[in-house]
Amino acid sequence: MTTNTTSLRSALGHARGLGSAKEGTHHWWLQRVTAIALVPLTMWLVASIIALSGFGHEAFVVWFGRPVNATLMILFLGVAFHHAQLGMQVFIEDYVSHHGMRTALNLLVKFACYGLATLSIVSILTIAFGA
Amino acid sequence: MAEFTLPKNSKVKKGTAHPKPDGATNTRTFSVYRYDPDTESNPQLDSYEVDMDTCGPMVLDALLKIKDEMDATLTLRRSCREGICGSCAMNIDGRNTLACLKPIDECKKDVKVYPLPHLPVVKDLVPDVNHIYAQLTSIEPWMKADTAPPPNGERKQSPEERAKLDGLWECILCFCCTTSCPSYWWNGDRYLGPAVLLQAARWINDSRDEATGERLDQLEDPFRLYRCHTIMNCTNACPKGLNPAKAIADIKTKMVERLG
Repeated sequence: MTTNTTSLRSALGHARGLGSAKEGTHHWWLQRVTAIALVPLTMWLVASIIALSGFGHEAFVVWFGRPVNATLMILFLGVAFHHAQLGMQVFIEDYVSHHGMRTALNLLVKFACYGLATLSIVSILTIAFGA
Repeated sequence: MAEFTLPKNSKVKKGTAHPKPDGATNTRTFSVYRYDPDTESNPQLDSYEVDMDTCGPMVLDALLKIKDEMDATLTLRRSCREGICGSCAMNIDGRNTLACLKPIDECKKDVKVYPLPHLPVVKDLVPDVNHIYAQLTSIEPWMKADTAPPPNGERKQSPEERAKLDGLWECILCFCCTTSCPSYWWNGDRYLGPAVLLQAARWINDSRDEATGERLDQLEDPFRLYRCHTIMNCTNACPKGLNPAKAIADIKTKMVERLG
Protein backbone atom coordinates (compact mmCIF):
# COMPACT_ATOMS: atom_id res chain seq x y z
CA MET A 1 0.00 0.00 0.00
CA THR A 2 1.27 3.44 -0.81
CA THR A 3 0.60 6.42 1.41
CA ASN A 4 0.72 9.92 0.06
CA THR A 5 2.26 11.84 2.94
CA THR A 6 1.98 15.21 1.24
CA SER A 7 -1.81 15.09 0.74
CA LEU A 8 -4.07 16.71 3.31
CA ARG A 9 -7.15 14.94 1.96
CA SER A 10 -9.14 13.04 4.58
CA ALA A 11 -8.67 9.28 4.84
CA LEU A 12 -12.32 8.73 3.85
CA GLY A 13 -12.00 11.00 0.82
CA HIS A 14 -8.93 9.04 -0.25
CA ALA A 15 -10.67 5.69 0.32
CA ARG A 16 -13.74 6.73 -1.70
CA GLY A 17 -11.47 8.02 -4.45
CA LEU A 18 -13.17 8.34 -7.82
CA GLY A 19 -16.03 6.07 -6.76
CA SER A 20 -17.13 2.74 -8.13
CA ALA A 21 -16.50 2.01 -11.83
CA LYS A 22 -19.81 0.04 -11.85
CA GLU A 23 -18.19 -2.66 -13.95
CA GLY A 24 -15.95 -5.66 -13.56
CA THR A 25 -18.61 -8.34 -13.23
CA HIS A 26 -18.82 -8.84 -17.00
CA HIS A 27 -15.04 -9.28 -17.20
CA TRP A 28 -14.98 -11.69 -14.24
CA TRP A 29 -17.89 -13.74 -15.58
CA LEU A 30 -16.49 -13.96 -19.13
CA GLN A 31 -13.14 -15.16 -17.76
CA ARG A 32 -14.98 -18.09 -16.14
CA VAL A 33 -17.17 -18.77 -19.17
CA THR A 34 -14.18 -18.85 -21.55
CA ALA A 35 -12.27 -21.08 -19.10
CA ILE A 36 -15.13 -23.60 -19.02
CA ALA A 37 -15.48 -23.49 -22.82
CA LEU A 38 -11.75 -24.16 -23.19
CA VAL A 39 -11.94 -27.45 -21.26
CA PRO A 40 -13.73 -29.51 -24.00
CA LEU A 41 -12.15 -27.48 -26.81
CA THR A 42 -8.62 -28.11 -25.55
CA MET A 43 -9.31 -31.81 -24.97
CA TRP A 44 -10.64 -32.05 -28.55
CA LEU A 45 -7.59 -30.23 -29.94
CA VAL A 46 -5.03 -32.30 -28.02
CA ALA A 47 -6.77 -35.57 -28.97
CA SER A 48 -6.90 -34.47 -32.63
CA ILE A 49 -3.22 -33.51 -32.73
CA ILE A 50 -2.23 -36.84 -31.15
CA ALA A 51 -4.40 -38.70 -33.68
CA LEU A 52 -2.86 -36.74 -36.56
CA SER A 53 0.74 -36.88 -35.38
CA GLY A 54 3.09 -38.38 -37.92
CA PHE A 55 0.75 -37.80 -40.87
CA GLY A 56 2.45 -34.64 -42.12
CA HIS A 57 1.28 -31.28 -43.47
CA GLU A 58 -1.05 -32.69 -46.11
CA ALA A 59 -3.16 -34.60 -43.56
CA PHE A 60 -3.56 -31.48 -41.38
CA VAL A 61 -4.76 -29.42 -44.37
CA VAL A 62 -7.37 -32.04 -45.30
CA TRP A 63 -8.43 -32.34 -41.66
CA PHE A 64 -8.86 -28.54 -41.26
CA GLY A 65 -10.90 -28.55 -44.46
CA ARG A 66 -13.74 -30.45 -42.80
CA PRO A 67 -16.52 -28.08 -41.55
CA VAL A 68 -16.74 -29.56 -38.02
CA ASN A 69 -12.96 -29.38 -37.51
CA ALA A 70 -12.74 -25.86 -38.94
CA THR A 71 -15.64 -24.70 -36.73
CA LEU A 72 -14.17 -26.20 -33.55
CA MET A 73 -10.72 -24.82 -34.36
CA ILE A 74 -12.10 -21.31 -34.95
CA LEU A 75 -14.04 -21.56 -31.67
CA PHE A 76 -10.88 -22.70 -29.87
CA LEU A 77 -8.83 -19.83 -31.29
CA GLY A 78 -11.45 -17.16 -30.58
CA VAL A 79 -12.08 -18.36 -27.03
CA ALA A 80 -8.39 -18.96 -26.25
CA PHE A 81 -7.27 -15.51 -27.39
CA HIS A 82 -10.19 -13.85 -25.58
CA HIS A 83 -9.35 -15.77 -22.40
CA ALA A 84 -5.67 -14.82 -22.77
CA GLN A 85 -6.57 -11.14 -23.13
CA LEU A 86 -8.85 -11.21 -20.07
CA GLY A 87 -6.16 -12.97 -18.02
CA MET A 88 -3.37 -10.63 -19.08
CA GLN A 89 -5.58 -7.67 -18.17
CA VAL A 90 -5.95 -8.99 -14.61
CA PHE A 91 -2.20 -9.53 -14.39
CA ILE A 92 -1.44 -6.01 -15.64
CA GLU A 93 -3.99 -4.41 -13.31
CA ASP A 94 -2.49 -6.32 -10.38
CA TYR A 95 1.12 -5.37 -10.91
CA VAL A 96 1.31 -2.13 -12.92
CA SER A 97 0.21 0.76 -10.73
CA HIS A 98 1.07 3.63 -13.07
CA HIS A 99 -2.21 4.49 -14.82
CA GLY A 100 -0.73 5.51 -18.16
CA MET A 101 1.52 2.46 -18.34
CA ARG A 102 -1.37 0.19 -17.31
CA THR A 103 -3.65 1.56 -20.05
CA ALA A 104 -0.92 1.32 -22.68
CA LEU A 105 -0.06 -2.28 -21.80
CA ASN A 106 -3.73 -3.30 -21.73
CA LEU A 107 -4.29 -1.79 -25.18
CA LEU A 108 -1.15 -3.49 -26.51
CA VAL A 109 -2.34 -6.88 -25.22
CA LYS A 110 -5.82 -6.31 -26.68
CA PHE A 111 -4.45 -5.39 -30.11
CA ALA A 112 -2.06 -8.36 -30.07
CA CYS A 113 -4.68 -10.89 -28.92
CA TYR A 114 -7.45 -9.76 -31.27
CA GLY A 115 -4.99 -9.32 -34.18
CA LEU A 116 -3.53 -12.80 -33.71
CA ALA A 117 -7.01 -14.28 -33.25
CA THR A 118 -8.20 -12.73 -36.52
CA LEU A 119 -5.07 -13.83 -38.38
CA SER A 120 -5.36 -17.42 -37.19
CA ILE A 121 -9.13 -17.60 -37.87
CA VAL A 122 -8.65 -16.20 -41.40
CA SER A 123 -5.94 -18.85 -41.91
CA ILE A 124 -8.33 -21.63 -40.96
CA LEU A 125 -11.04 -20.18 -43.23
CA THR A 126 -8.54 -19.97 -46.09
CA ILE A 127 -7.79 -23.69 -45.69
CA ALA A 128 -11.47 -24.57 -45.17
CA PHE A 129 -12.62 -22.79 -48.30
CA GLY A 130 -9.61 -24.08 -50.24
CA ALA A 131 -8.46 -20.67 -51.42
CA MET B 1 4.94 -1.22 -10.32
CA ALA B 2 4.21 -3.41 -7.35
CA GLU B 3 7.03 -3.22 -4.81
CA PHE B 4 8.82 -6.52 -4.31
CA THR B 5 11.69 -5.29 -2.15
CA LEU B 6 11.72 -3.02 0.88
CA PRO B 7 12.68 0.62 0.31
CA LYS B 8 16.21 1.46 1.48
CA ASN B 9 15.12 3.12 4.71
CA SER B 10 12.83 0.18 5.59
CA LYS B 11 15.46 -2.57 5.40
CA VAL B 12 15.63 -4.32 8.78
CA LYS B 13 19.01 -4.27 10.49
CA LYS B 14 20.40 -6.40 13.32
CA GLY B 15 19.47 -4.83 16.65
CA THR B 16 20.31 -5.05 20.33
CA ALA B 17 20.52 -8.39 22.11
CA HIS B 18 18.95 -8.36 25.57
CA PRO B 19 20.47 -11.25 27.61
CA LYS B 20 18.52 -13.57 29.88
CA PRO B 21 17.84 -12.40 33.43
CA ASP B 22 20.19 -13.68 36.15
CA GLY B 23 19.33 -17.17 37.31
CA ALA B 24 16.94 -17.97 34.47
CA THR B 25 17.36 -21.54 33.26
CA ASN B 26 14.40 -22.03 30.93
CA THR B 27 14.46 -19.25 28.31
CA ARG B 28 13.09 -18.54 24.82
CA THR B 29 14.45 -15.94 22.41
CA PHE B 30 12.02 -13.41 20.96
CA SER B 31 13.22 -11.41 17.95
CA VAL B 32 11.12 -8.28 17.77
CA TYR B 33 10.88 -5.66 15.00
CA ARG B 34 11.74 -2.24 16.35
CA TYR B 35 11.25 1.07 14.58
CA ASP B 36 11.44 4.50 16.12
CA PRO B 37 10.05 7.33 13.97
CA ASP B 38 11.95 9.90 16.06
CA THR B 39 15.34 8.71 14.83
CA GLU B 40 16.66 8.61 11.29
CA SER B 41 17.77 5.00 11.66
CA ASN B 42 16.36 1.94 9.88
CA PRO B 43 14.16 -0.58 11.66
CA GLN B 44 16.04 -3.24 13.60
CA LEU B 45 15.42 -6.70 15.01
CA ASP B 46 16.07 -6.74 18.76
CA SER B 47 16.35 -10.05 20.56
CA TYR B 48 15.14 -10.75 24.08
CA GLU B 49 15.84 -13.86 26.12
CA VAL B 50 12.72 -14.31 28.19
CA ASP B 51 12.53 -16.44 31.34
CA MET B 52 9.75 -18.92 30.50
CA ASP B 53 9.39 -20.12 34.10
CA THR B 54 7.86 -16.79 35.07
CA CYS B 55 6.03 -16.07 31.78
CA GLY B 56 2.44 -16.74 30.71
CA PRO B 57 1.71 -19.14 27.85
CA MET B 58 0.87 -16.70 25.04
CA VAL B 59 3.10 -14.51 22.87
CA LEU B 60 1.34 -11.44 24.28
CA ASP B 61 2.36 -12.52 27.79
CA ALA B 62 5.99 -12.61 26.65
CA LEU B 63 5.77 -9.22 24.91
CA LEU B 64 4.25 -7.61 28.00
CA LYS B 65 6.89 -9.27 30.18
CA ILE B 66 9.56 -7.78 27.90
CA LYS B 67 7.93 -4.35 28.17
CA ASP B 68 7.50 -4.59 31.94
CA GLU B 69 10.82 -6.14 32.90
CA MET B 70 13.38 -5.84 30.09
CA ASP B 71 12.71 -2.89 27.77
CA ALA B 72 10.00 -0.34 28.53
CA THR B 73 10.45 1.32 25.12
CA LEU B 74 8.78 -1.60 23.26
CA THR B 75 5.52 -0.32 21.78
CA LEU B 76 2.52 -2.48 20.92
CA ARG B 77 -1.27 -2.33 20.90
CA ARG B 78 -3.19 -4.65 23.19
CA SER B 79 -6.32 -4.52 25.24
CA CYS B 80 -8.55 -7.50 26.02
CA ARG B 81 -5.94 -10.31 25.99
CA GLU B 82 -8.66 -12.80 24.96
CA GLY B 83 -9.13 -12.45 21.20
CA ILE B 84 -12.11 -10.08 21.24
CA CYS B 85 -10.68 -6.60 20.68
CA GLY B 86 -8.33 -7.32 17.74
CA SER B 87 -5.70 -4.86 18.98
CA CYS B 88 -2.69 -7.17 19.25
CA ALA B 89 -2.74 -8.36 15.61
CA MET B 90 0.83 -8.83 14.40
CA ASN B 91 3.01 -11.13 12.38
CA ILE B 92 4.28 -13.89 14.67
CA ASP B 93 6.45 -16.76 13.45
CA GLY B 94 5.69 -15.71 9.86
CA ARG B 95 1.91 -15.61 10.18
CA ASN B 96 -0.54 -12.83 10.92
CA THR B 97 -2.39 -13.60 14.12
CA LEU B 98 -3.37 -12.25 17.53
CA ALA B 99 -0.53 -12.27 20.03
CA CYS B 100 -3.02 -13.02 22.83
CA LEU B 101 -4.28 -16.21 21.13
CA LYS B 102 -0.92 -17.51 19.90
CA PRO B 103 0.68 -20.01 22.30
CA ILE B 104 4.47 -19.63 22.54
CA ASP B 105 4.72 -23.45 22.39
CA GLU B 106 3.36 -23.41 18.84
CA CYS B 107 6.17 -21.13 17.60
CA LYS B 108 9.57 -22.15 16.29
CA LYS B 109 12.48 -21.95 18.77
CA ASP B 110 13.35 -18.31 17.97
CA VAL B 111 10.01 -16.45 18.01
CA LYS B 112 9.98 -13.70 15.36
CA VAL B 113 7.54 -10.85 15.93
CA TYR B 114 6.84 -8.22 13.26
CA PRO B 115 4.04 -5.69 12.75
CA LEU B 116 1.26 -6.57 10.28
CA PRO B 117 2.82 -6.64 6.80
CA HIS B 118 2.76 -3.91 4.17
CA LEU B 119 1.25 -1.14 6.28
CA PRO B 120 3.06 2.05 7.25
CA VAL B 121 4.61 1.51 10.71
CA VAL B 122 3.85 4.10 13.40
CA LYS B 123 6.29 2.61 15.92
CA ASP B 124 7.61 -0.92 16.63
CA LEU B 125 4.62 -3.28 16.37
CA VAL B 126 2.02 -0.56 15.77
CA PRO B 127 0.90 -0.24 12.13
CA ASP B 128 -1.07 2.66 10.67
CA VAL B 129 -4.56 1.29 9.94
CA ASN B 130 -6.24 4.64 9.17
CA HIS B 131 -6.75 3.78 5.51
CA ILE B 132 -8.39 0.42 6.29
CA TYR B 133 -10.73 2.10 8.79
CA ALA B 134 -11.60 4.69 6.12
CA GLN B 135 -12.30 1.86 3.67
CA LEU B 136 -14.58 0.30 6.29
CA THR B 137 -16.43 3.61 6.67
CA SER B 138 -16.72 3.84 2.87
CA ILE B 139 -18.90 0.69 2.70
CA GLU B 140 -21.28 2.28 5.25
CA PRO B 141 -21.44 -0.60 7.71
CA TRP B 142 -24.75 0.28 9.30
CA MET B 143 -28.43 -0.53 8.77
CA LYS B 144 -29.98 1.31 5.84
CA ALA B 145 -33.76 1.04 5.51
CA ASP B 146 -36.46 3.32 4.12
CA THR B 147 -39.24 1.39 5.84
CA ALA B 148 -39.83 2.79 9.31
CA PRO B 149 -39.18 0.32 12.11
CA PRO B 150 -42.33 -1.23 13.62
CA PRO B 151 -43.91 0.70 16.52
CA ASN B 152 -42.23 -1.54 19.08
CA GLY B 153 -38.92 -0.40 17.61
CA GLU B 154 -37.58 -3.79 16.59
CA ARG B 155 -36.96 -4.99 13.04
CA LYS B 156 -37.81 -8.68 12.95
CA GLN B 157 -35.71 -11.39 11.37
CA SER B 158 -36.48 -15.10 11.06
CA PRO B 159 -34.00 -17.59 12.56
CA GLU B 160 -33.05 -18.61 8.99
CA GLU B 161 -32.40 -14.98 8.01
CA ARG B 162 -30.36 -14.45 11.15
CA ALA B 163 -28.35 -17.59 10.41
CA LYS B 164 -27.09 -15.95 7.20
CA LEU B 165 -25.09 -13.51 9.34
CA ASP B 166 -23.19 -16.28 11.12
CA GLY B 167 -19.55 -16.31 10.10
CA LEU B 168 -19.79 -12.59 9.32
CA TRP B 169 -20.73 -10.78 12.53
CA GLU B 170 -17.94 -12.42 14.52
CA CYS B 171 -15.20 -10.39 12.77
CA ILE B 172 -13.23 -8.30 15.28
CA LEU B 173 -11.52 -6.11 12.65
CA CYS B 174 -7.96 -7.10 13.55
CA PHE B 175 -7.03 -6.97 9.81
CA CYS B 176 -4.85 -10.11 9.97
CA CYS B 177 -6.62 -11.18 6.76
CA THR B 178 -6.39 -7.89 4.88
CA THR B 179 -2.67 -7.54 5.55
CA SER B 180 -2.00 -11.16 4.55
CA CYS B 181 -3.49 -10.61 1.08
CA PRO B 182 -1.00 -10.02 -1.78
CA SER B 183 -3.72 -8.25 -3.77
CA TYR B 184 -4.09 -5.85 -0.87
CA TRP B 185 -0.32 -5.39 -0.70
CA TRP B 186 -0.14 -4.37 -4.37
CA ASN B 187 -3.40 -2.44 -4.69
CA GLY B 188 -4.47 -1.58 -1.14
CA ASP B 189 -5.22 2.04 -1.99
CA ARG B 190 -8.22 0.90 -4.09
CA TYR B 191 -8.87 -2.79 -3.28
CA LEU B 192 -11.03 -2.99 -0.16
CA GLY B 193 -9.41 -6.17 1.14
CA PRO B 194 -10.98 -9.22 2.81
CA ALA B 195 -11.93 -7.70 6.18
CA VAL B 196 -13.85 -4.78 4.67
CA LEU B 197 -15.47 -7.00 2.02
CA LEU B 198 -16.55 -9.44 4.76
CA GLN B 199 -18.23 -6.50 6.50
CA ALA B 200 -19.87 -5.50 3.21
CA ALA B 201 -21.18 -9.08 2.91
CA ARG B 202 -22.47 -8.87 6.49
CA TRP B 203 -24.78 -5.99 5.44
CA ILE B 204 -25.60 -7.37 1.98
CA ASN B 205 -26.80 -10.60 3.67
CA ASP B 206 -28.82 -8.82 6.35
CA SER B 207 -32.54 -9.36 5.62
CA ARG B 208 -33.43 -6.12 7.46
CA ASP B 209 -31.21 -3.95 5.26
CA GLU B 210 -32.91 -2.38 2.23
CA ALA B 211 -29.83 -1.04 0.43
CA THR B 212 -28.53 -4.35 -0.97
CA GLY B 213 -28.49 -3.18 -4.59
CA GLU B 214 -26.90 0.13 -3.69
CA ARG B 215 -24.21 -1.74 -1.72
CA LEU B 216 -23.51 -4.03 -4.69
CA ASP B 217 -23.32 -0.96 -6.98
CA GLN B 218 -20.69 0.56 -4.72
CA LEU B 219 -18.61 -2.64 -4.78
CA GLU B 220 -18.86 -3.35 -8.50
CA ASP B 221 -15.41 -2.21 -9.49
CA PRO B 222 -12.31 -3.89 -10.94
CA PHE B 223 -10.28 -2.72 -7.96
CA ARG B 224 -12.65 -2.47 -4.97
CA LEU B 225 -13.90 -6.07 -5.34
CA TYR B 226 -12.37 -7.87 -8.29
CA ARG B 227 -8.74 -7.68 -7.12
CA CYS B 228 -9.70 -10.75 -5.07
CA HIS B 229 -8.26 -13.76 -6.92
CA THR B 230 -9.25 -16.37 -4.31
CA ILE B 231 -5.69 -16.59 -3.00
CA MET B 232 -7.20 -17.68 0.36
CA ASN B 233 -4.49 -16.18 2.58
CA CYS B 234 -7.31 -14.32 4.33
CA THR B 235 -9.09 -17.50 5.39
CA ASN B 236 -5.77 -19.05 6.40
CA ALA B 237 -4.82 -16.04 8.52
CA CYS B 238 -8.12 -15.37 10.35
CA PRO B 239 -7.50 -15.97 14.08
CA LYS B 240 -11.27 -16.26 14.59
CA GLY B 241 -11.66 -19.06 12.05
CA LEU B 242 -13.83 -17.00 9.68
CA ASN B 243 -13.85 -17.36 5.90
CA PRO B 244 -13.56 -13.95 4.18
CA ALA B 245 -12.81 -15.65 0.83
CA LYS B 246 -16.25 -17.30 0.92
CA ALA B 247 -17.91 -14.00 1.84
CA ILE B 248 -16.25 -12.37 -1.18
CA ALA B 249 -17.30 -15.28 -3.42
CA ASP B 250 -20.90 -14.74 -2.18
CA ILE B 251 -20.71 -11.08 -3.22
CA LYS B 252 -19.42 -12.06 -6.68
CA THR B 253 -22.23 -14.61 -7.03
CA LYS B 254 -24.81 -11.94 -6.22
CA MET B 255 -23.22 -9.64 -8.82
CA VAL B 256 -23.76 -12.32 -11.49
CA GLU B 257 -27.19 -13.24 -10.11
CA ARG B 258 -28.57 -9.77 -10.67
CA LEU B 259 -27.47 -9.76 -14.32
CA GLY B 260 -30.12 -12.24 -15.38
